[in-house]
Amino acid sequence: MAPVQVRGTVLTVRRVDAYVAMTVVAPAIATRFRPGQFIAVAVGGPQSSMLARRSFSVHDVRPDHGGTVEFVFGPREPGTQWLADCRSRDVLDVVGPLGRPFPVPRDPVSCLLLGVGTASAPLFSLAARLGGRGCGTDFLLGGESADRVFGALTARRTGRSAVIVTADGSMGSRGSVTDMLPTVLQQARTDVIYASAPLPVLRSVCALARRYSLPVQALVPESAMTCGTGLCAGCVLPVAAGDGITRMARACTEGPVFRGEKVRWDDVGTIPFDAVGAPGWKPRQGAADAPARSGGRSDAS
Amino acid sequence: MLPRGPGGGPMPADMRVKAGHLDLPSPVLTAAGCAGTGRELAQFTDVARIGAVTTTSVTLEPRAGNPAPRLAETPSGMLSSVGLQGPGLDGFLQRDLPWLLSRGARAVVSVAGHSAREFGELASRLSDAAGVTALEVNLGCPDASAAGRPFSLDPGAAGAVVAAVRGSARYDIPVFAKLSPEVPDVVEIAKACVTAGADGLSMINTMPGMSIDPVSFRPALAGLSGGLSGPAVRPVAVRCVWQVYEALPDVPLIGMGGVRTGRDALEFLLAGAWLVAVGTVLFHDPSACSRVQRELEEELAARGVDRVTDVVGRAHEAEGYAAERYGWA
Repeated sequence: MAPVQVRGTVLTVRRVDAYVAMTVVAPAIATRFRPGQFIAVAVGGPQSSMLARRSFSVHDVRPDHGGTVEFVFGPREPGTQWLADCRSRDVLDVVGPLGRPFPVPRDPVSCLLLGVGTASAPLFSLAARLGGRGCGTDFLLGGESADRVFGALTARRTGRSAVIVTADGSMGSRGSVTDMLPTVLQQARTDVIYASAPLPVLRSVCALARRYSLPVQALVPESAMTCGTGLCAGCVLPVAAGDGITRMARACTEGPVFRGEKVRWDDVGTIPFDAVGAPGWKPRQGAADAPARSGGRSDAS
Repeated sequence: MLPRGPGGGPMPADMRVKAGHLDLPSPVLTAAGCAGTGRELAQFTDVARIGAVTTTSVTLEPRAGNPAPRLAETPSGMLSSVGLQGPGLDGFLQRDLPWLLSRGARAVVSVAGHSAREFGELASRLSDAAGVTALEVNLGCPDASAAGRPFSLDPGAAGAVVAAVRGSARYDIPVFAKLSPEVPDVVEIAKACVTAGADGLSMINTMPGMSIDPVSFRPALAGLSGGLSGPAVRPVAVRCVWQVYEALPDVPLIGMGGVRTGRDALEFLLAGAWLVAVGTVLFHDPSACSRVQRELEEELAARGVDRVTDVVGRAHEAEGYAAERYGWA
């Protein structure tokens, strides 16, 4: 459903370990939301000097107050710090729900939900939806330290299994999610991987999954987005469409969820020479000359 | 006593703007490169009710654009080097232009090329398509014959491109030339464009800037430097509009550069712009066009202005407006 722009009242702001979880009353967004979608929030007030919206995956929606939306972030720069200083009853300009949601399988299959840091937030509403379809859900969550693993408790409570990994070993095993992934895949008999993590992690996860011939639904970080709505064309990455032709796809509109094998992870941050419209690129004989901006949209698992 | 409209409020101002073959229901447009294909904007704004949608610059061939990161936030502004990503002329004519028309939007088509010949070909093929309201010549493109120096920096190069477009475009499609503020004398370039046949002028394009990421110790943009836009450049844009209006008071001008509110739009009109475009602010507020249009109507009504065209260039008259009619109360 089409996104809406609303003025949402902040209901709660609470600290969750190293992060901040914020709940905003936004019924029109809550009712439209599907797991994997995100919101774009204006920061700094009506006369703000910060023009870029801050985009966040939706952690959860609830029906109270007509519909609320919760998101989680680490206050790292002036915009998110301003947001963290908001109090209940403050009003925010919120656009959402945006982007392509996680596709869910038709059959009850075994799903591994992999997340790192705040990027784990969208996995829990997805787990609920997968559970409703009879899918088993296993979690593999990571972070630098115990206070930077988001949702460990929920994962242990709701998942069939939950493996936690931290870089410093302060919670679960020491290491990274990619170190742990092969073991988890075998123990959980995974059919599909849902991953939400920084780009280098997604790249490794997709490489590993390829070795096991497993499909990955990868949610790319929203931090690179400027507007969230597709207007600025800032958050592009090279994606091969169903026809095998690579186009520069906007993460906000064609994503943020991509089929892992379609994203050219090694070429992120570049324009591959064979991408439509790259310097020196020539249309292939007989190939349909499709637009660079509408590629990458395809059905999943 | 102000004239009263129905319901006792001030009478709404007539927002219609006519300039030669151009006839728009409102002076508020989108700026090139800031409205996507129009579809993204239409989720938040009725594209039929704003003055016109200015498209992302259309090139002959598809373009993948520049590598990411392409945008960086700066104080009250934005640095961008998107690199004109787009489907090329064929894709635009097949999908984007028909969509805009189907929604009842007026399309000001921005065109970009590397030579006067490319610009001419674009103008000629767009003239054959139905529903091009006007052409805007993106003079910010690098000139292949001048080692990549933008056309907008040289009166001769700018004039040659404008002449090529005007010569190839259908007579009833107005041609606007988009000027850069990055020149010693914007009036010189403006005059060269008008002499070459431009029906109007758009100003301003972005100005070069740079930002360095204190975390990575590297430039924030993959393209190293980018074009600065947003409210940060508004005074520069207003100055350009003012100077060009002084020199060429009869040439229709589209003012743009950080328009965020109805008051900002009014500022451009007073400086001499006939039309006003909302650009970078759309990234911040995707419904900004409709809002600016509504706010401008309110600002005009509150001052008892009957027609939006009455305030164009009004700042060049010696007598102030508020002081003369209402005092400072």
